[in-house]
Parts: sequence; structure tokens; C-alpha cells
Amino acid sequence: MVEPLLATSGLTKRFGGLVAANDVALGVEPGEIHAVIGPNGAGKTTLIAALAGELRPDAGTIRFAGTDISRLGPARRAALGIARSFQITSIFREFTALDNVALAVQAHAGHSFRFWRPAQGDARLREPARAALAEIGLADRADMPAAALSHGEKRALELAMVLATRPRLLLLDEPTAGMGPADSADIVRLLAGLKGRLAIVLVEHDMDAVFALADRVTVMVYGRIIATGLPEAIRADAQVRRAYLGEEDS
Amino acid sequence: MRAIDARGIAALVCLTALALVPVIAAAADAPFYVGLFARVMIFAIAALSLDLILGYGGLVSFGHAAYLGIGAYAVAILSFHGVTNGFVHFAAALAAAAVAALVIGIVSLRTSGVYFIMITLAFGQMVYYLGISLNQYGGDDGLSIGRPSDFGGLVDLADPTILYYFVLACLALFLCLGGRAVRSRFGVLLQGVRSNERRMVALGFPVFRYKLAAFVIAGAVCGVAGALFANLTLFVSPGIMHWTRSGEIMMMVILGGIGTLLGPVLGAAVYLLLESVLSRWSEHWQAILGPLLIIVVLFSKSGLMGLIRAPRPPHG
Amino acid sequence: MDPGLRRDDNGVAAGRAIAMIYVIEQVLNGAQFGVMLFLMAAGLTLIFGIMNVINLAHGSLYMVGAYVAAAVFGATGSFLIGLAAALAAAIVVGIALEVTLFRTLYARDHLDQVLATFGLILFFNEIVRILFGATALYMRVPDFLNGRVEILPGAPYPTYRLAIIAVGLAVALLLYLLIARTRIGMLIRAGASNRVMLGALGVNVTLLYTAVFALGAALAALAGVMAGPIFTVESGMGESVLISAFVVIVIGGIGSIRGAFVAALLVGIVDATGRAYLRPLLALFTSRAAADSAGPALASMLIYILMAAVLFVRPQGLFPPRGR
Repeated sequence: MVEPLLATSGLTKRFGGLVAANDVALGVEPGEIHAVIGPNGAGKTTLIAALAGELRPDAGTIRFAGTDISRLGPARRAALGIARSFQITSIFREFTALDNVALAVQAHAGHSFRFWRPAQGDARLREPARAALAEIGLADRADMPAAALSHGEKRALELAMVLATRPRLLLLDEPTAGMGPADSADIVRLLAGLKGRLAIVLVEHDMDAVFALADRVTVMVYGRIIATGLPEAIRADAQVRRAYLGEEDS
Repeated sequence: MRAIDARGIAALVCLTALALVPVIAAAADAPFYVGLFARVMIFAIAALSLDLILGYGGLVSFGHAAYLGIGAYAVAILSFHGVTNGFVHFAAALAAAAVAALVIGIVSLRTSGVYFIMITLAFGQMVYYLGISLNQYGGDDGLSIGRPSDFGGLVDLADPTILYYFVLACLALFLCLGGRAVRSRFGVLLQGVRSNERRMVALGFPVFRYKLAAFVIAGAVCGVAGALFANLTLFVSPGIMHWTRSGEIMMMVILGGIGTLLGPVLGAAVYLLLESVLSRWSEHWQAILGPLLIIVVLFSKSGLMGLIRAPRPPHG
Repeated sequence: MDPGLRRDDNGVAAGRAIAMIYVIEQVLNGAQFGVMLFLMAAGLTLIFGIMNVINLAHGSLYMVGAYVAAAVFGATGSFLIGLAAALAAAIVVGIALEVTLFRTLYARDHLDQVLATFGLILFFNEIVRILFGATALYMRVPDFLNGRVEILPGAPYPTYRLAIIAVGLAVALLLYLLIARTRIGMLIRAGASNRVMLGALGVNVTLLYTAVFALGAALAALAGVMAGPIFTVESGMGESVLISAFVVIVIGGIGSIRGAFVAALLVGIVDATGRAYLRPLLALFTSRAAADSAGPALASMLIYILMAAVLFVRPQGLFPPRGR
């Protein structure tokens, strides 16, 4: 059997008395969109942070592309091809949109101990950055300060930065958070276009987006995985309906 | 782009004005000003080096006077032991300050925020106390330097005018190198760290080693400023490393304009000229300077460079 | 048995006893310095923990306490009136600073806070020079604490210094009760540095901040008053104590009173014993001349080296804040 791209086993993280992730075993196949859903406080953001290396779990292992990355820091994991977006948009507000993406390209273009040539005149950074902006539909915003972009544009910019690092695994923490329906639909269309090119772990509250995009769905409640399966199966699962989907109707 | 042009012109105007100081001072028979402006330029280099990490990297280092002192002491101690070669002096000042910054940086950069401020302040104080306890090198009383650094007839730093232009050349060199560095990949990376360090890490930058490199570069450049200072005053004492000196250097950066290259130069000039004027007016001038600094901090975010900044684009 | 030998034995035993007494003296000196650091560090760490503001001018409040106590004690002849006046003055100055400046600084970044409070230090240092002159003030030990107490038979120790340790420990106990038993303490334990959260809990945030600031000012002034008869009362006297208090906070963990207490005693005792023993200790391994020069240098750096060592093992200090 081929090992999945990402596999956790026994992943546990406690905050004082609260167990935010409890014996989590998650497998993500190459190229699949794997949605993680669950009520607030289920430990989804904790899971993303543990996968990205920002939180050190109390127990368990994380394997990525055949190697144990449990002890690697976030920068090392990013260098291996795990990229992430944050629940609260994380960009360089003082930079222009293009400079934001160019810096993301720079992160994967060798070391940055280069003190002489101006980075803004470097085609090896600018051209991929322009391409990434164009792909996300922000080409005409390239020279705008990131702080001046609309909320939806900022979310899209973060996605462009993340994609510019050419990741193999994308961790998306509520990519449509705070967006209107139109912007939200744009993001869903964009993510659908990425399908098959890279694996995505998608934490999302918008069930329409989840069932439109996901190849598989994992349901978390109180730090535990209670079900994993195809979207239709999850929709039909009585336990899931009780624990989660029933509440979502309100 | 217009802003860069305006600042390039401002830098040239500044350096030209500084180059004319000895000529005007000679014409006005006021040699005092040659020494004063040499001092201004030395502190400009120190403030410039701090601004690399403070303004561009967002690292609030409160122990920068330590590197100034280490550079100055390197020259004084070598002279004390009979080593007069200027190349050795300046290389030693640079290397000693760089090593100190490396050690201090490795410990303090593991932390951030207010921890970082307190730790750099504490290490600055440690170096100050070390200076006081060096009894064989004068301890609290300091150490006189017999002759300035000897560059074998290439430049004669004993001549105040030549020393002045030597300092000016150093300042111009560091402004030029700094101008390249802050626009390079390294400089852009630093500004990314200041803007959003968490995002930098998530993008895959191993930020610690870059922050440490910037910290060491800033310390080394400040060490050169210290070597120049030793040549100007021909005397060093632990007073040069007192923590209030670190505060003054930081003030120069803020007064002139944080996150700019010319700002620290203007800030050093304004701070030291203000000190010179106020102290002649009243011995209690710091009672005025203190509140003045508070007002600048509270009401002027961009310092003097804010005045030279080109109009912002409509979207900004 | 040779009587001469026995006398020698007695001499060695007496020498050991003297060495032991000397050790106890150094530890007590360290504890006395430590509790003063604790009073400073406790105020700083409370103010930082609740208002998220770094106050370099905390040392100025220490200085205000020492000056007012020295002046009032000198004028009235009563140490206790001097102490009361110093605490009152520091609380008034603290509240005035909080209302006029710090309320603006809470919302600013740490750099602005550092710079503005640096400006305050320059101002205060100069003001005391204008009011009290450039020369240091003399403050004597109050009569009722003058003299020595035999801590062990044949080992007298200054009563005043013992009193400092006692007062410091008492204040530490009171602070512990404040934090463990009161509503304000509950907020502090919760690490409540969030205006919105505090407001939601029905706390008058403005008043709470002013009260905490005043408490910090009073603690600093108390340390300053107690330091008056031991150190010189002069302009800038609070700064080296302030920086040592920073070392204490870094070692103890920001926002932790318990950490400040443990670290303050640790720093005080390491500093005192280092100054007493490092030189003779080095002399065992190197030449006397080398020990004479390196000993004091190392001793003056010892608490910073301790800080670096602690940070290397625990970057968040010994008692890291919870939930971060």
C-alpha cells in the first residue's frame, strides 16, 4: 500500500485541562481535498497549527511524504512543501500586493543572504509573483498596498502567496471566513481549479463549500475524530448529524 | 519612485553640506564645529546601524551603546599595548563588536517583544559593568589613547580636518552600502520580519539566522563608529557604554525617521546640536529635552524624514 | 598531647566558624538586595501583565521615594513620617503619570513606550537635581532600627538590613494574598490584559489601571526608601536597580509575581555571594593577579550570565505566563 502524503497517528495536544486534539489519526492522499469540519472548539485550528509546526503536540507523530516531521519547526515544514493560510488573514500590510507575493517566491528561491542586487528588479522573483497574482485574479491590484485591498482581495492575496511557494500540501483555515457570497464563490471556484494539483486540508464552516469541494470529509468533535469518509457518507452518518450537522441548521 | 529620488537628492545635499563644514568653520574661525560635526557623523553611523535592525527589522535593541564602547575600547586597549596600526585597530573594533553581537544575539533573539527589550538592555549594562571592572584599563576613570590609529602615512588622523573627512567617508560608505542592503533580498526579508514574522516563518524563511545576521552586522558597523569615536576623543571610559547612551542613539533614529537611511543622520545632527545649544543655555537642559522627546514620540510618527517624504499615492 | 596542637585545632575551628558566619552574612546581604529587587520587579511585572506597558520610569518612582523620604526624615526627624510622605508622593506622581501619559501609551507599541518613558527618566533626573542639588543626599538609619542583632552567637548583623528583609517578605505575603484571594488578583491570574474582556466582566477598567499603577509606584517608592540609608540618594539612583529588576523579570517570567519573588532572591544571593567569593575561588585555579582582575569583572557580570543561562534552557523564564 502506498503511504499517504500526510499521516498523523496518536496526535494529542492539551491546553491545561482541555484536550484540543485527542489521539488524532488523519491521512491525506496526494491531490485530494480533505475537509475537516466540526463545531467551534472541536480542535480544528489546533490540528492545523500542529500540522504546520506552530504547536508542538504532547504526543503522536506526523509523517509527510515518507519522512517523520514531528520534530521540525514551521519554517522547515514550509520548506518541505507544507503551506498554510490563517483564519485571520496574514499578509504584509505595508507591502504592495506584488511585493507580498515576490517575498513568498523568495522564500523558496535559495537563501536570502544577498545584500547587493535590488530585490524589486529581480525577474526571478517578480515574474512568478506576477503570474501567481494573475492566476488569482489580482493582476490589476499588483501595485496597490496590501492594506488598501478589500477583505476578499486580502484573502485571495494570501492564497496567491501560499500558492507561489509551490506547496505539495496546503492547510487552509477557513479560507472564506468573513466573506460575502460572491467573494466566497470566487474562492470556491479557485480551489476547485487546484483540485488534483496539490493536496489540501480544508477547515471550513461553510457546508456548501465543503460539499462542493471535498473528496473526503473528517468530522472532529471535542478534539476527537468521530468520522472520516466520502461527503455523501458523512452527510448520511447519523452520529455526525446528531453531533454536528443538526446544529448547523440554525 | 519619486520618494526614492527625493531621498537620494536629500542624501547628496546632506553629505555635501557636511563636506563644507570644515571650510565654513575655518572661514568663520570656529574650529569647534569641526569636532562637533565629526561627533554628529560618528553617532549618525551608530544610529544608522541601529536603524538597520530597529527600523527595518523591527528589533527594539536597547543595548546598542555596548558595541560603540567595544569598538572604542578595542582601539584604546590595542594602543595601550603598543599596537598603533590603524588597519589592526579598525579590524579589531569591527570583529570584537561583531563577536559580542553574535553572543548577545544568540541569547536575546530567542525571545521577542518586551523580553527582547529588557534582555538587550541588561546585556548592555553587563558590558558597561565589565568596562568599569577592567581596572588594568582604567576602570571607572577610563583610558587615554596616546596617538590616533596609524595608517602608515595614508591618512593622518591626528589632523582634525583629515579625521573629519575620514569620518565623512565612512558615513558615505555605510549610507551607500545600507542603501543597497535595504533594497536587496536580505533587506526585503528584514522588512518582512518587521511586518509579519509569523507569516515569514509560515512561508518557510528560517528567520532566526537572518535576524542574527542583521544583529551582527549592526553591531559590527557600530563597532566601527566606536573606533572612530576613540580617534576623535583619544579617550574612552565606561560612560560611552552607559545605558542612557543606548537610549540616545535610539532617540536619534526616532527623531530623524525610523526605517529610513538618512533619518538617523538627521536625527544625530538634531539631537547633538540641540544638546549643544540647550546645554549652553541651562545646565538643567535635560529637564527640557525629556518632555521634548515625549512630545516627539507621541505626536510625530515619522520624524524629520516625514517632511521630506514625497506625497503619498492616492490609495495609501 | 601537645597543647600547641590543640590550640591550632581551636584556631581552625574558629576559622571555620568565622567563614560560616561570613557565608551567612553574604546570603543575608543577597536576600536584602533580593527583596528590594522584588519590590521593583513586582510592580513592573504587574503593570506589564495587566496594562501591557513597559515602564522604564519605574526607577524614577524609586528615586522619588528615596528623595522625599530623605528630605522629610531630615526635616521632621521621624523616619515613619518620611516613609509615609514618600509613599504618598510616589502614589500621587504615579497617578499623575498614569492619567497624563500612560493612558496614551497603553495603545502604543513597546518602542513608543520605551522612548517616552526614557524621556521621563531624563526629566525626573534633572528635576531632582534642580530641587535637591547635584550632590547626593544623606539619609541615616532610623534610631529604632540602628544597631545590630546577633543572628548567631558571635555573629552580629545590622538590624536595619534585617528589617528590610522582614518588610520585603511581608510585602511579598500581602501581594500573594492580594493575588490569591481578591477579585483584582483573579483578573491578574487570568492574565487579563484585554480591555474588552475586562470591560465585559463589569470591571471599571480605567480605575483598575490607575490603581495598579499606583500600587506599582508605592512598591517602587518603598524600595527606594529602604535603599536610602544603604545606597546614596542621588539623581539616577533608580536605573541600575531598574535594569537588575528587568533581569529578575526575565528570569522569573513576565507577569508572574511568584517568578519575580524566586528570581529576585536568586539574583540577590548570586550577586552577593559572587562578589564575595568569585575572586578567592578563581585564585584557587589561576594566579592571584589573574584572579584579582578577572574576579571582579566576572562578579559584575554574574547575574547577566545567570539570565542568559536561564533563557537558554527556558526562553520564557522559570515561571512562564499561562496560556501563551
